Amino acid sequence: MLEIKNLHAELEDGGKQILKGVNLTVPAGQVHAIMGPNGSGKSTLSYVLSGRDGYEVTEGEATLDGQALLDMEPEERAAAGLFLAFQYPVEIPGVGNLTFLRTAVNAQRKARGEEELTAAEFLKVVREKAKSLNIDAEMLKRPVNVGFSGGEKKRNEILQMAMLEPRMCILDETDSGLDVDAMRLVAEGVNALRSPDRAFLVITHYQRLLDHIKPDVVHIMFDGRIIKTGGPELALEVEQNGYGELLAEVQ
Amino acid sequence: MSTTTLASAKPETAPQEPLALRLAALDLPVGGFTRAARADALTRLQAMGLPKGRDEYWRYTNPAAFNQPQPNALPVDESVLDSPLFTSIDRLRLVFVDGRFDAAASDELKGEGLEIASLATADAQADHWAAGVYGKLETAGQTPVARPFAALNTLAATDGVLIRVTGKVSRPVHLVYRRSDPLADVHLHHVLKLEAGSELTLLETGMVGARSNAVIEADLAKGAQLHHIAAKRAGYQKVGISQIFARVDAEALFKSFNLQVNGTLMRNESVLEIVGDDAVAHIAAAVLGDGRVGPFHQDDTVFITHAAERCESRQVYKKVLKSGARGVFQGKILVKPGAQKTDGYQISQALLLDDDSEFLAKPELEIYADDVKCSHGSTTGALDETALFYLRSRGVPKERATVLLVLSFLAAALEEVDDLRLRDEISERLDEWLTSRASELDPSGNGASAKA
Ligand SMILES: Nc1ncnc2c1ncn2[C@@H]1O[C@H](COP(=O)(O)OP(=O)(O)OP(=O)(O)O)[C@@H](O)[C@H]1O
Ligand SMILES: [Mg+2]
Repeated sequence: MLEIKNLHAELEDGGKQILKGVNLTVPAGQVHAIMGPNGSGKSTLSYVLSGRDGYEVTEGEATLDGQALLDMEPEERAAAGLFLAFQYPVEIPGVGNLTFLRTAVNAQRKARGEEELTAAEFLKVVREKAKSLNIDAEMLKRPVNVGFSGGEKKRNEILQMAMLEPRMCILDETDSGLDVDAMRLVAEGVNALRSPDRAFLVITHYQRLLDHIKPDVVHIMFDGRIIKTGGPELALEVEQNGYGELLAEVQ
Repeated sequence: MSTTTLASAKPETAPQEPLALRLAALDLPVGGFTRAARADALTRLQAMGLPKGRDEYWRYTNPAAFNQPQPNALPVDESVLDSPLFTSIDRLRLVFVDGRFDAAASDELKGEGLEIASLATADAQADHWAAGVYGKLETAGQTPVARPFAALNTLAATDGVLIRVTGKVSRPVHLVYRRSDPLADVHLHHVLKLEAGSELTLLETGMVGARSNAVIEADLAKGAQLHHIAAKRAGYQKVGISQIFARVDAEALFKSFNLQVNGTLMRNESVLEIVGDDAVAHIAAAVLGDGRVGPFHQDDTVFITHAAERCESRQVYKKVLKSGARGVFQGKILVKPGAQKTDGYQISQALLLDDDSEFLAKPELEIYADDVKCSHGSTTGALDETALFYLRSRGVPKERATVLLVLSFLAAALEEVDDLRLRDEISERLDEWLTSRASELDPSGNGASAKA
């Protein structure tokens, strides 16, 4: 589903190279995890894939279901089925969470030539999904992420994902800042979305999350490249021994 | 009722002086119950003179367009106005055409808890309750800062509305401004007297004149509540100054919100004096300026005096500026000796949609009491790129995302409108307005060339 070939990207400002040849394939129906030391380029990869300004792709390509992602506007990538749960969700004062969600859902439906949801239809679905993520009505009415705790923001990201029903979901450290119960809720939210025609790329530092969301494949990223790929046992290895041995092995 | 007796009664003013020329161009009413106030205003005005660019409070705004004897012609073009506001709510409509009250086009001048008259009609009489307010609050508001155009207004006002409120009036009074004369140089003067415990909502919409000078004097007795909402959206070439003088007594609530869209030169002076304990005064504005069609210069100048204990004042000013638009904010909080437990807050913020636009802010605090809480802040920033990306990554198109972020920026000012019906209507109208111009808001400027 998602195919990344030899992706190189640098900062537009100053030209610092961050991605130095990423190769990665995530087939439909699978969950892949990316682990790697701080600063290795995991978030940058997710931003470049979703179209954030400020990065310049100097080499390589990325496709979603065969469509070239890198030429599209961020909103076109979203309509094509890409979703990024942010490491640091953004606060938007003055814009209600519900208004925001409905605008997003309907914008994507419109872009895909589908009928927009009426207010009533939308409310019914959003209430259901919010409930399963333990997001109450009050939180839905509040401005987007304003005054939300760290964990609430992450749950709100998963609610957006559940509403938008993307085909390719990238989760950037959605587990960080979550308490044990919230982690379970989030994992359940993700697992509920797992399906043969949807794929996940889960960026995390901890094995913990992967206990709940069982990955098919684990990648290790270091200095802008995937340096090792393996099964779930790779995450356990990192958890026990850190990155030292792995790095030594590769170098 | 047009004579120029008052103006010509001052022989020592040389005719070539700017003020003399300015006055000579006006049709000055002699006045009935306002006669003494008008005469006094002339004396004061002659002592002050018209403002000059080097005056402290005119440093950022060039007064020339207000000083010149005649206004520039402003074609009457209804298409520059957006669809009217507040039409869906039950309200008492008073229509002014070129600054003259139009009784035939208005609702009947009555309502429970209301005593209401047009200034022109009332001023045919020698006595009127409004004599106790007319020019009085304006005069008080001239210290320590001179406000020549307010004095000029008291001298020259041809019409306005006089409202005395004796009860809780639930039906808002709506002043609807229309134009027919491309050269109308309007001086409007409104007097509001809210008796103890009374409540009023005053709405203002439309366009007053080619050039306008408006004054509101609002006297709030103990426990009175005034909600004032002005949305005097304008054509691109509008020139106007409006001044509000309020005296807020104990436990009263004064709230004023101003929505200002476009215009060439606009200055709003708000002079609020809190004289009774436990009173609250809030003043807010949402401003959208686009210098694409012509120059845009908008200035909010606020002076709030705390002269009583445990009072709260709050100023929330938000300006969205693009294509060379210029916004000014001068806001002062003065806490007099003995005004203990004052809670004063002031924020002025500009969202600059490009590098050509400019925001000048001068916040001032002057505090003579020791147990007070006063804060002020001012920021100037561009559209938040991270927030824009966040919205777009959810599939919201760039234009829509930009509109949402502009509304988000303005939200804190709009929240100062307590009545949710009114707030929602303003917000929806702003949304429509922004959406219809969304391609021009694009910070990268791509859209502007396509439309221009
Ligand atoms: N806009 C930027 N300006 C400057 N440096 C940047 C910018 N974006 C990324 N970098 C740098 O690029 C490198 C990769 O950052 P990135 O956020 O992708 O790492 P990460 O793997 O997600 O780290 P973490 O595990 O801490 O989240 C870091 O050295 C970071 O400082
Ligand atoms: Mg990261």
